[in-house]
Amino acid sequence: MNYLELTVGAVLVNNFVLSRFLGICPFLGVSKRVETALGMSGAVIFVMTLSSCITSVIYNYLLVFELAGKRYDLRYLQVLLFILVIAALVQVIEIMLQKLSPKLYQALGIYLPLITTNCAVLGAATINAKQGLSVLQATVFGCFSGVGFALALLLFSSIREKLELANPPKSLAGTPIALITAGILAMAFIGFSGLC
Amino acid sequence: MQDIFVSIILPAAVFMGVLGVILGAVIGVFAKYFKVESDPRVDLVTELLPGANCGGCGKAGCSDFAKSVVSGENSPGKCPVSSPEQVSSIAQALGIDAGESFARRAVVCCGGDMEQMVRTPNYNGVLDCASAVLVSGGPKGCSYGCIGMGSCARKCPFGAIEIINNLAVVHRELCVGCGTCAAVCPRGVIKMVPADADVHVYCNNPEKGPDKRKVCKVSCLGCRKCERYSADMFGTNGFLASVKYDADKLPTASDVEAIGCPTGALLTVERHLQIETNDPEYSEDENK
Repeated sequence: MNYLELTVGAVLVNNFVLSRFLGICPFLGVSKRVETALGMSGAVIFVMTLSSCITSVIYNYLLVFELAGKRYDLRYLQVLLFILVIAALVQVIEIMLQKLSPKLYQALGIYLPLITTNCAVLGAATINAKQGLSVLQATVFGCFSGVGFALALLLFSSIREKLELANPPKSLAGTPIALITAGILAMAFIGFSGLC
Repeated sequence: MQDIFVSIILPAAVFMGVLGVILGAVIGVFAKYFKVESDPRVDLVTELLPGANCGGCGKAGCSDFAKSVVSGENSPGKCPVSSPEQVSSIAQALGIDAGESFARRAVVCCGGDMEQMVRTPNYNGVLDCASAVLVSGGPKGCSYGCIGMGSCARKCPFGAIEIINNLAVVHRELCVGCGTCAAVCPRGVIKMVPADADVHVYCNNPEKGPDKRKVCKVSCLGCRKCERYSADMFGTNGFLASVKYDADKLPTASDVEAIGCPTGALLTVERHLQIETNDPEYSEDENK
């Protein structure tokens, strides 16, 4: 699997939000303003890249081992394991950032701990494992999945900012019109499906 | 049974257990070596603040304000919501001067509801005062008064503003004086006044009397009747009377009665509310 295919696939074709439908909660929750969407996007790219890297190291090298002449295969524990590792990883990153780069810590703010249990981050780790990607491939895939998430979130939040000024029927105002918009956006992304 | 335990359950449990211990230890070590000393006074001040996060002080929220108080950038008295007792308790906790503080309340200086105002051609745009000002000035004839689309009421963190008959009315018992509404209002009709001021001029139109009269029945005509009654309490700026809020003595309900404002723009807060909420008393007065 070459890297161009991997990146374009992660950003456009199999966009995490708009074609895999992972991470819908932050997609609807923090897309009211472009500014907050930017903060969330940054945090997701950051955490997805790191978590993809670490989880794929664990999955590829630690889960199948031989002990006392007996072969153990613990790959069925992956979901449990990934959640544990991602949660711990985000904690450590947060502690480090607070000390080493308070600026970045403030910019990411509340979004960093929020995405600990984001299904898109877990999804990236699981997809890496399922497709049998190497550590480098998994890291690239994680990073660009984050970029894809950021793209979708930014597009959607700028649409929603415009939508604030529109005058939809009363029953559609707010979340319903946002969901319809998300659906149309997802349909638009289907156009990329022949790409790779 | 023995076999399943040894080959499946035991390795899984041991592996997860070991991983959990390792991760916990890693977090513990990082938390120790990357510990950030935070100022305990910030937490203390945050606790003493009202916690409404209204932004009336100009900061992003109560904890942000607490930081600025501790750093000496702001005095505790800058919090418009805290009572004087709360402010002094914060100042005591920090051992600093409380700073000047006086309680304020918002008042919408306009009495022009839909019955009093001339209406302009229908405005069908977004229900937002700022947008209405940009397009046609909203549904009312007066281009200085309250537009009545409730931008202030939506922004008020305390729900103290009610829109009655297309006119914003402040309920004083709910208002804390944070000034959010005054900043939002595109016409500047909302003024921040001392909390104990009971009498206001409910008009914001500086044009000549007859011009105002054409668009609104309850405008201030600039007749100076109130100023002649007491120049200490009232002033006239052009054709618009105003209450001197910084004077020693503020006007009361009996003063309003003695003056007898010909259009009824000078009112006590209570009377204004009676009129706008359509209290039965109001119609009796009108019949006289």
